[in-house]
Amino acid sequence: MSGFSVNEPSRRMKWFAGILVVFYALVTLMPLLWIIATGFKSPADSIAYPPKVIFRPTLEGYVNLFTTQTRITPDMEEGLEPPKNWVEQIVRDKGMVIAGPSRYVQRFMNSVIIGFGSTFLSVFLGTLAAYAFSRFRVPIKDDLLFFILSTRMMPPIAVAIPIFLMFRQLGLSDTHMGMILLYTAVNLSLSVWLLKGFIDEIPLEYEEAALIDGYTRFQAFYKVVLPQAMTGIASTAIFCLIFAWNEYAFAVLLTSGEAQTAPPFIPTIIGVGGQDWPAVAAGASIFLLPVMVITILLRKHLLRGITFGAVRK
Amino acid sequence: MAEITLRNVCKAFGGHSALKDVSLTVPDGAFVVLLGPTGAGKTTTLRVISGLERPDSGQVLIDGEDVASLSPAQRNVAMVFQQYSLYPHMSVRDNLAFPLKSPILRTPAAEIVRKVGEVADILQITHKLDNRATELSGGEMQRVSIGRALVRNPRIYLMDEPLSSLDAKLRSDLRIELKRIQADLGATFLYVTHDQIEAMTMATHVGVLDHGTLVQFGSPREIYEDPVSIHAASRLGSPKINILPADLFAGAPEGAAHIGLRPEHMRVKKGTGAKVVRVEHLGDQTRLHLNHKDHAIITLTEAHTPLKQGDDVAVVLHDPLYFDANGDRIK
Repeated sequence: MSGFSVNEPSRRMKWFAGILVVFYALVTLMPLLWIIATGFKSPADSIAYPPKVIFRPTLEGYVNLFTTQTRITPDMEEGLEPPKNWVEQIVRDKGMVIAGPSRYVQRFMNSVIIGFGSTFLSVFLGTLAAYAFSRFRVPIKDDLLFFILSTRMMPPIAVAIPIFLMFRQLGLSDTHMGMILLYTAVNLSLSVWLLKGFIDEIPLEYEEAALIDGYTRFQAFYKVVLPQAMTGIASTAIFCLIFAWNEYAFAVLLTSGEAQTAPPFIPTIIGVGGQDWPAVAAGASIFLLPVMVITILLRKHLLRGITFGAVRK
Repeated sequence: MAEITLRNVCKAFGGHSALKDVSLTVPDGAFVVLLGPTGAGKTTTLRVISGLERPDSGQVLIDGEDVASLSPAQRNVAMVFQQYSLYPHMSVRDNLAFPLKSPILRTPAAEIVRKVGEVADILQITHKLDNRATELSGGEMQRVSIGRALVRNPRIYLMDEPLSSLDAKLRSDLRIELKRIQADLGATFLYVTHDQIEAMTMATHVGVLDHGTLVQFGSPREIYEDPVSIHAASRLGSPKINILPADLFAGAPEGAAHIGLRPEHMRVKKGTGAKVVRVEHLGDQTRLHLNHKDHAIITLTEAHTPLKQGDDVAVVLHDPLYFDANGDRIK
């Protein structure tokens, strides 16, 4: 039987909605696709005008990203062996040789250490604090929660100078620990508030049942509350990771070498005779991957997490 | 199993006093049922014994030992909550095994399998053991929740209306099963219910709570036949006891303000004074709704009564209960 239904949109509505979604996706994905494409262009193609949509893909950008190179001088030419692999071939075609690896991998690893380290700390401390706020009678609880939230009320960069001076005094400038602490401090308010909401939703009865079943308070938290809060923890972790991973302003200000993350490093990749856009794009493309992969892996948790608590059972 | 004693226990939440000076002994091996309307303090009593609430004053003794300093786990009590509180992230099997795996019991794996199987059998949930707890119906969840208490051998079973969400057949099965467990193991039960049949059939003792006070404690028969107040009298009996002004009938003792009439206190015969308002045939019995001098009376009569709506009848009393203006019994 066919007929009018309140819940089921009509065929035409579905088409319209579909087209709208595809159009929106194209608009938002365009910059991303352009960056990924640029990573595979030659330097000439990347700055061609009008822009080239169809081009001959090359890995030159990626090779430039991962290596440092020197120009072949005439006196070097005699001793030069023929290129051993395709990477050397690409470099040799430009009249250069590989001098060594670039610092990209190291900067990328800094991002991994600082991003994941601060995410872990934010979520770990946030979960404990949120549990305490949710379950215990904390003196001046509401004021404390407001205070925690208030740390987010101004743009973080507004306190850049005090933090810069503080880091200098404490020897935290350009250290992994300094950046982890900074990002944790920024993320903690978000993490406490989000997780408190999630933990509030878990009925107290479960813990009480566990207490009676022979477990201590901490075991009840660990075995009964944590597994049920996993949804919230996963989505909170993603939000924290995205912030720490992409953060640019503080990274520029507070890191320069040892602990520099990828965002400030990528734009500094200079090619021969101007910005090496394909290498920059390649660096950005690779940099996108971890957050993308983790978000896709956790998307089930994430979707449930965002709508969690919206519907009262 | 053990004897549980409450000694002058008081507990208030905010300004509201939930338990007022409650003293109560649950003898070893007894099945004590707590009766009382919502908010009378029944659940609070269970929670104080289990250690989930700390009494404001007074003592809880298990086998003569003051347990104030013991955590719920250390008290070794089992509790079935009114709202089934199954761990939603675990299978039914893991839910049942959870108390056995606790650091306090540390049951060997083979023993866990045996016990879980045994309890699942009793509760008829063997076919659901590998389901997630959230995939069960309300009745099944409640059975698992009872099962989580039964797998253990605690000092006392505390049950908060455990059968209220089950259908009639299962309820009567489990009623018999709980009674059997209590008889076989000599287990001690403290059981909250609103259900008269549960109270009358399972209880060895009944405690009646009213606004946080224990008003009467005795055998079910005592509470039914010899209640101390209107409140206690109203807890048991179906149809409910009829409370009428005492001067409606002759023969009230000095100071009586109310008369309490259960069906067995009345005989309905031909005459005048009351009118039949409605006749309810319930199969095994027939309920008679009477209007006696503008007061409603509900009583029982034989299944095949010839009485019908509009008939004139007379109500003859036989040893009714009298209460004073405060609702206290006058003997």
